[in-house]
Amino acid sequence: MEKLKLPEKSKTYIQNELKRYETRESALIPALFEAQKVFGLISPEVVDVLAMEMDIPPSRVNEVAQFYTMFNKTPVGKYHIQICTNISCAMVGARETAEMFCKKIGVGFDEVTADGRFTVSKVECLGSCGTAPMAQVNDDYHENLTEDGVVKLLEKLK
Amino acid sequence: MENRLLLKHYNEPGYHTLDGYVKFGGYTALKKALKMKPEDIITEVKNSGLRGRGGAGFSTGMKWSFLPNNNEPRYLLCNADEGEPGTFKDRYMMELAPHQVIEGMICSAFAIKSKKSYIYIRGEYYKPYKIVEKAIQEAYKAGFLGKNILGSGFDHDLDVYRGAGAYIVGEETALISSLEGKKGQPKLKPPFPAVQGYLRKPTIVNNVETLAAVTWILNNGAAAYRKFGTEKSTGTKVYSVSGNINKPGVYEVDLAYPFKDFLENECGGMKEGFKFKALIPGGSSCPVLTAEEALKSTLDYENMASLGTMLGSGGVIIIDDKQCMVDLLNVLMHFYHHESCGQCTPCREGTGWLEKLTSSIGKGKSQLDDVATLDKVARHMMGTTICALSDAAALPVVSFLSKFKDEFEYHIREKRCKVKGNCHAQAHH
Repeated sequence: MEKLKLPEKSKTYIQNELKRYETRESALIPALFEAQKVFGLISPEVVDVLAMEMDIPPSRVNEVAQFYTMFNKTPVGKYHIQICTNISCAMVGARETAEMFCKKIGVGFDEVTADGRFTVSKVECLGSCGTAPMAQVNDDYHENLTEDGVVKLLEKLK
Repeated sequence: MENRLLLKHYNEPGYHTLDGYVKFGGYTALKKALKMKPEDIITEVKNSGLRGRGGAGFSTGMKWSFLPNNNEPRYLLCNADEGEPGTFKDRYMMELAPHQVIEGMICSAFAIKSKKSYIYIRGEYYKPYKIVEKAIQEAYKAGFLGKNILGSGFDHDLDVYRGAGAYIVGEETALISSLEGKKGQPKLKPPFPAVQGYLRKPTIVNNVETLAAVTWILNNGAAAYRKFGTEKSTGTKVYSVSGNINKPGVYEVDLAYPFKDFLENECGGMKEGFKFKALIPGGSSCPVLTAEEALKSTLDYENMASLGTMLGSGGVIIIDDKQCMVDLLNVLMHFYHHESCGQCTPCREGTGWLEKLTSSIGKGKSQLDDVATLDKVARHMMGTTICALSDAAALPVVSFLSKFKDEFEYHIREKRCKVKGNCHAQAHH
């Protein structure tokens, strides 16, 4: 397998983050976000690359990666559609919205479509309770989703 | 009626920018504060009666006064890790008025003699993160942050830090662990953060809304703030409201506002075809109230406590008659099980059992005595752990069972749901 390499731009970013906070370890979360942007997930290999770049033991990098849900340990599609199905959202039909996404895309929860474009996940409260049902697609929130809204959103992502 | 103290100018276009904020009186509190003695600011905040708006409702001025009297560096952390299900007011406040929070932070930092502060914002809040980041840059440019702020001799640096998805990080000691680059796990108190917090230095952690309220209090005075609310619940509170109502959203009303009026006026009443059934007044960790209890209640710390629940974060979750309480409790237990950090056995194991039991009751695979078992497991989880997550999972269970027991028993006996709605807890789901 080819060895993973961080692009120069990412290396510079991580080195700056290491100096930005009171302790070097505080740069772990920002560095993991950066690595996930580059590699798509945080695999054991990515952990090793970061550990080397940051001069922090791999076990420390890994424990932080494992603790937080936003770091993907398994591959996700180019568009990661995350639907909150916690209490407020569930009451206004978000679980049906989540199933609708799966059905329209033709994929099960937490799977990746064959073309690598989509993953649909049910997630916990995203602080969008008054504008539910909602979906977070990568960094962006899409709120007040109706069936029509789901169709339009998927068209935009194609 | 809404009483917009903090949200007064939120509808003005551009209020999230420095220019927009200054146009409507922004940064006058800072100018005032820098001319005051730090201890006088603490006294003013104490006198205002302001209580922490993140959930615990502890006196803000009192929290500040717990800082030891020494020369150690102090830190101020703004808790913007809003994750309590049903709560979204901090997101709203950061998106629409980041400078109000930043101004409150600089004033507070001056009061507690802190030279460095952080806004810790949950990772999913990417848009508010970008808005806050930009607002901080603007504040530096205008001389409100950095060295010798407005010629006062006070230096202060503020940075924003992005979390990565963990409900428990909203607990202040866990937030500190996370900011230090560790797993976001809570620590035993004492020592409290005010004595030993970030990097083991004295640290104050305050919620977004609390810090925004400091700005208002310094502008208008403690006495003006006390004019609203009650003796023990002073001022206004910003609520996030969700459920099948006509106008879900963020509202600011005086403390002690009657819930009935709030539901009818601010929330626009129930959506057509839905009846009001129950209320979770302050985010998912607060015990549930029946409609009858809720309609007689007022939204303040004392009244909620007298009803055996809490005002919490002000995450008002309105439950309608189409909802099955078994289903909703199962949704919540799935959440707490997922979010337990795993340090303490009663929580790590207990939340798992709560999820399993509510799930099997929903599917009709339980026996009637499982209702008692569920209650027992929950009660054994209270007061036995490092932080409050275990209690936060147990409290809803005990209250759901004491007030809606018939729905649980119906699921077990009839192997289907009593409520005509869309219960996902049933076997076919």
